[in-house]
Amino acid sequence: MLRIAKLPIAVFALFIIIFPWIAHQIPTIEHYPDIMVFAGIYCLITIGLSLLMGYAGQISLGQAAFFGIGAYISGILTANYGMNAWACMVIGMAVAAAVAALVGTPSLKLKGHYLAMATLAFGIIIFIIFNEEIEWTGGPDGMSGIPGLSLLGFEFDSVESYYYLVWGFVLVAFIFTVNVIQSGTGRALRAIHASEPAASAMGVDVSKFKIIIFVYSAVLGSLAGSLYAHYLNFINPSTFDLFFSIKLLIMIALGGMHNIWGAIIGACLITFLSYEWLHYFEEFEVIVYGAILLFVTVLLPDGLAGVPGIVKGWFRR
Amino acid sequence: MTFRRISIITTICFFAIGLLVSQVNAFEGSYKVGAVFSVTGRASFLGDPEKKTVEMLAEKINAAGGINGKKLELIIYDDEGDATKCNLAVKKLITRDKVCAVIGPSLSGLSLAVIPVAEKHKIPLVSCAASYKIVYNEKTGKPYKYVFKTPQSDSMAVEAIYKHLKNKGINKIAIISVTSGFGASGRSELIRLAPKYNMNIVADEKYGPKDTDMTAQLTKIKGKTPAAIISWSIGPTQVTVTRNWRDLGMTGISLYQSHGFGSRKNIKLAAGAAEGVFCPLGACNIAELLPADHPQKSVTTDYLKNYTAKYNEPLSSFGGHGWDALMLVSKALESVGCDKAAIRDYIENKKGFVGQHGLFNFSPDDHNGLTQEAFQMVIVKGDDWALVD
Amino acid sequence: MEKITLASQLLQYLITGLTVGSVYAMVAVGFNIIYNVTEIINFAQGEFVMLGGLTMVSLHVAMGLPIILAFPVTIVLVTVIGILIDRFAICPIRRPSVLTLIIATIAVSIIIKGTASFIWGKNPFDLPAFSGRNPINILGAVVQPQYFWVIGFLVITAIALSIFFDRTIIGKAMRACADNANAASLVGINVKKMILLSFALSAAIGAVAGIAITPISLMEYDRGAMLAVKGFGAVILGGLGSFPGAILGGLIIGSIESFGAGLVHSGYKDAFALIVLLVILFFKPSGLLGNIEISRIKRF
Repeated sequence: MLRIAKLPIAVFALFIIIFPWIAHQIPTIEHYPDIMVFAGIYCLITIGLSLLMGYAGQISLGQAAFFGIGAYISGILTANYGMNAWACMVIGMAVAAAVAALVGTPSLKLKGHYLAMATLAFGIIIFIIFNEEIEWTGGPDGMSGIPGLSLLGFEFDSVESYYYLVWGFVLVAFIFTVNVIQSGTGRALRAIHASEPAASAMGVDVSKFKIIIFVYSAVLGSLAGSLYAHYLNFINPSTFDLFFSIKLLIMIALGGMHNIWGAIIGACLITFLSYEWLHYFEEFEVIVYGAILLFVTVLLPDGLAGVPGIVKGWFRR
Repeated sequence: MTFRRISIITTICFFAIGLLVSQVNAFEGSYKVGAVFSVTGRASFLGDPEKKTVEMLAEKINAAGGINGKKLELIIYDDEGDATKCNLAVKKLITRDKVCAVIGPSLSGLSLAVIPVAEKHKIPLVSCAASYKIVYNEKTGKPYKYVFKTPQSDSMAVEAIYKHLKNKGINKIAIISVTSGFGASGRSELIRLAPKYNMNIVADEKYGPKDTDMTAQLTKIKGKTPAAIISWSIGPTQVTVTRNWRDLGMTGISLYQSHGFGSRKNIKLAAGAAEGVFCPLGACNIAELLPADHPQKSVTTDYLKNYTAKYNEPLSSFGGHGWDALMLVSKALESVGCDKAAIRDYIENKKGFVGQHGLFNFSPDDHNGLTQEAFQMVIVKGDDWALVD
Repeated sequence: MEKITLASQLLQYLITGLTVGSVYAMVAVGFNIIYNVTEIINFAQGEFVMLGGLTMVSLHVAMGLPIILAFPVTIVLVTVIGILIDRFAICPIRRPSVLTLIIATIAVSIIIKGTASFIWGKNPFDLPAFSGRNPINILGAVVQPQYFWVIGFLVITAIALSIFFDRTIIGKAMRACADNANAASLVGINVKKMILLSFALSAAIGAVAGIAITPISLMEYDRGAMLAVKGFGAVILGGLGSFPGAILGGLIIGSIESFGAGLVHSGYKDAFALIVLLVILFFKPSGLLGNIEISRIKRF
């Protein structure tokens, strides 16, 4: 599983490049690139989370907090203080990294459900802060007036331009993460996942690796938050609540957590399901969503990214 | 094993079909109006009655021959109280469904979130949310060009309450609010307008929208001995507050609820505890109490009768906002047709529109069109509302 | 109106905190029963509370069954749902991991919530208090009679469970599964049946909590998630697997919320409880009464 083929990445990149053109040809899916922007933003978070959960074996139910930290730092600094958006993005990532290191150091010593609760608690505390510090964040009604992004005079104000910007980031993050997985760090992570005492005995600095990956996933989450804030020009706390953290978890589980592709598949699928497709079930939307989730969990323990493996299995026999 | 295979193939097919089932309704010769409401999720108390109301109203309009002989086609999306979903839904209504105007969203925050979209695409948006910020651009001091709203601003409810307090000679008050958008926006208006009415806020307490008990917050307030408590919330918590207030023997301190309390359901749920509670309500909630010569008497009684007959549930304050918004848009369609700029101009200059929540007089400086008279103070008396002087 | 003394205020915070905490504790106990046998944290636990409250409303208020009859019927109905969850969601999972099990229980809670919004709609419902709504005055603090019911149910549940686990064969068999499922099945205990039983039992306790709290706070279809989170906090604070821990954890969280709201800042009351939880976890990674040795044996 460490080897990740280059061909699928190339095909995937090509698909991303031509997708807006395809969508433009078909009136019924004309607005899909707009949804894909959000899918891309979620992909950034799930790539980090997949590395943390699938490879390092650490659960996090507080990832929405980092997403929110990025979004609010970008939002507050650009809208209220008129700072440069790109600089704010970097500040956001730095703050998220610092917070992750601070919270991660004691938390990642915890195991299983204890870690789940600790990250959950952290996420809820950050959410309450977004809600309560009304002077800074605008409170539950949120803050508007966040400017869009521009680079050297080019405005990312159309759906297409933002689409390429976001997916550009996703591609870079994806390739970087794949490289991490295939390096010595990746092997160390998998050793930690398999058995912490064994990894430790082999000379892997378990806690250091866990914290590094946690920080990395936080940085990606914060980047995603900044991109979200500048695209929507508006943020409110409920975007970054506990249920969003759970949704991220669902993306990972649905896509398949032991495979980095699962992060991409899961994020895109859940985004389209919840923002577009399930709409046709109207009142039954929630129930169908739950049923799909249960169905996939019960039947496909490796998620949708595991399907090619299963199909291959059929032909081999 | 075969079962498993079939299941997996079914799953794949299911998702593949999902990609393709996007149908576009294209009735030639109909007026399309888009609506985005929080039908489910954290703000379903707003979106659910709004959706039911506009569906009922559209049915009624079409049964009466539509608008100028054309059918009114309503496309409703549910934003689930989610900013992202709301933004996508409005953009989809504009770019794919090509509607003439959009009504909603239900929540103030989400309305603020989609203002840039409406302005960019130059499409009239009639919001069903309360915040005055929706129709007041802080940078220019004027309303946004394409954005209107039908609900009374929170500030009007606050002023109605403050005026009533002032007449009673009360100025030592406590606030208790829920930490949702509804509560936070009411709370900030209460604090903003307090100096204007010489109100001294001695306690400012909060609770979560899913909390089970507010005795602690009220006990703290009791210790500060205010003369009145103003509770700003929605949903079951406002009933719990009312009950806790009575149980704690705090009836000596008058309890004022926001207009969110405006459903008889709440009086019933309070099980007698609501007796003596004050609250500001729009005409729509007190249709039976209005004098026969009241301008809104007939529209509100009609709505009350039809809604309760069709859905078999008590009327809430919020469905009326949807009624006002859709009625306004359909009146515009009737006189100018599906021309976005003309619809905008029509609404901006509309005077004397008789809605569920007041008499609307729009102008270039006022995209809400209501005055404080849109709220009347009522008191709970014997399981029903009664007008206060 | 007479001024309330600080002492009465503090007493009031304590009583409120213990009442709310009792509900969290009951949810936490439900978590523990399932965790002990299966190592699953059942995130649908809060939905049992919601179902308990709403079913009771339907039976007692809408259909007019007397409380004495509606109470057991509600518990049986919710227990059946607990059993169905195990049959259709937990049992069929082939290769359980923490994540798949968490997702499965979350999926179940989504389905239950969706179905409940169909059956009962989105409006809150009230249940008449069991012994009236005339508050009792204790040293200046005011107590609703229903508070005693809530706390009483917790006490009864705790006693009944300790008798069940210590004195009955089935209870002992469940404890054996909790200690070591493989060894238990070697001595002839049907582990699958025990898992089923654990779901049934915790659904029943959830239903009791729901019935007890509805007269105080009303009940609506989407209240389950928040209760599940609070209960999860309680069970972790007390130490996974420990019943006294779960009860202690619930009462502590309820009290911190109440005192935090009353004495410090009501907007941050939930945060206070969580900060205390985090600090305790950092110093005692297995919770207050949890055993670090036992938590090492557990897979999750």
